[in-house]
Amino acid sequence: MTQPPAWTRGDVAALLPDDTARAWFDEALADAARAAGTPPAAPSPYLAHTWELRFAAAGRHCGHRNADAVRALLLIEARAGLGTLTRLYGYGSAAERRAVLRALPALVEGPHAVHLVEDALRSNDTGLVLAAVGPYAAAHLDAHAWRHAVLKCLFTGVPLDAVARWTHRAAGDGELARMLRDYAAERTAAGRDVPDDLGRVLTLTGEVPKEL
Amino acid sequence: MRIFDPHIHMTSRTTDDYEAMRAAGVRAVVEPSFWLGQPRTRPASFFDYFDALLGWEPFRAAQYGIAHHCTLALNPKEANDPRCTPVLDALPRYLVKDGVVAVGEIGYDSMTPAEDAALAAQLQLAADHGLPALVHTPHRDKLAGLHRTVDVVNESSLPRERVLLDHLNETTVKDAKDSGCWLGFSVYPDTKMDEDRMVAILRAYGTEKVLVNSAADWGKSDPLKTRKVADAMITAGFGEDAVDQVLWRNPVAFYGLSGRLRLDVPQADGLHEGNSVLRGGE
Ligand SMILES: [Zn+2]
Repeated sequence: MTQPPAWTRGDVAALLPDDTARAWFDEALADAARAAGTPPAAPSPYLAHTWELRFAAAGRHCGHRNADAVRALLLIEARAGLGTLTRLYGYGSAAERRAVLRALPALVEGPHAVHLVEDALRSNDTGLVLAAVGPYAAAHLDAHAWRHAVLKCLFTGVPLDAVARWTHRAAGDGELARMLRDYAAERTAAGRDVPDDLGRVLTLTGEVPKEL
Repeated sequence: MRIFDPHIHMTSRTTDDYEAMRAAGVRAVVEPSFWLGQPRTRPASFFDYFDALLGWEPFRAAQYGIAHHCTLALNPKEANDPRCTPVLDALPRYLVKDGVVAVGEIGYDSMTPAEDAALAAQLQLAADHGLPALVHTPHRDKLAGLHRTVDVVNESSLPRERVLLDHLNETTVKDAKDSGCWLGFSVYPDTKMDEDRMVAILRAYGTEKVLVNSAADWGKSDPLKTRKVADAMITAGFGEDAVDQVLWRNPVAFYGLSGRLRLDVPQADGLHEGNSVLRGGE
């Protein structure tokens, strides 16, 4: 089951700075809805639907703070499937990629889009890592990849609370506990601090964090 | 002192450079796409490079409180390789992006028919996308190259007030100024301009529509040249206002023509102080 989107059209319209932005938003949504009924003709592999160009330009037309929400609604309105999501992620700036990742739970049923999450987790951009560890990753990332995602968050300073359902997935995970202990030992051996979040996960794995 | 380096290839630079630039007063940079020293052989290599200029490099710059934008294009050297020219077809996908503040670097390298075609096509793309253009003038046969560049600009639908002619020097500055375009000077050890010659040009031609950059890249270059020019200007008796005009207000005005310049440095969402770049990566 996909999840309901985090924003409705009305929520987003209310956030927009002025009527110009709202008119742009309405036109972009209409454009995306039209595209949903028409598969793209492809004289060039690089040709984009106009709504896809608007998807890229959303930040400067609607305000950068609203761009994620606007982009998510465009994806929903266009009924973006796996091919479209993969294309927009592939051609996307970091901000566009974040928007695709955040929209996954509302758009993709099943694990077919997990390659996008894995791609983001290979990056070193903490904004992408943060967007990757949302509810879609909680539902579909396999155990090994999920443990590495948690470790990467600790390593790169992404707050643990950004990891969707981490308390649920970490509970009783002995292998995760081992990885965390080893990481803590490595930090301690180097005379460095152990992140506070590490102790929080370790507790849940069933291990009592000792003198980390 | 606030400094905007309007032409620097940070992809080739280390985090030490970012740190030193910040300490010297650099608060904003524009990174033009160019060639990487090693020729590319397929469009996908360009797309990965564009992705870096639109994602990874702004992320790195933000760690040091530096706003990072880019200009995208097929550069003149690689425009001569038919394996790379399909990049022109993909540019419309990239030129709409929020971090892109100009089309560039375009212009001439060896002045071939393929370069003519790529320059004209990309000036048109700039006009179509409401973007200004950063035009590199050739290092060899420079004055003839400048004249040919200005002719192509005049034939294009992009107004001259939206074109920056870069890598100018004593032999090209006068004709470039007469063209009505913006004037860019790269201050680079051994080649291009140096600080004292730059000051002499500013004395002779004024500070209006003049931009100074380090053009630092993978060659022997210095990302602090912008600051060194500012210091040389002060020593030569220019006031702080003239320094601010050349090293901040002029680049802000030129790239501001895109309507996309954001000088507040966006922080990556929801992060603590530390991150892997500062910690030395994985
Ligand atoms: Zn350059």
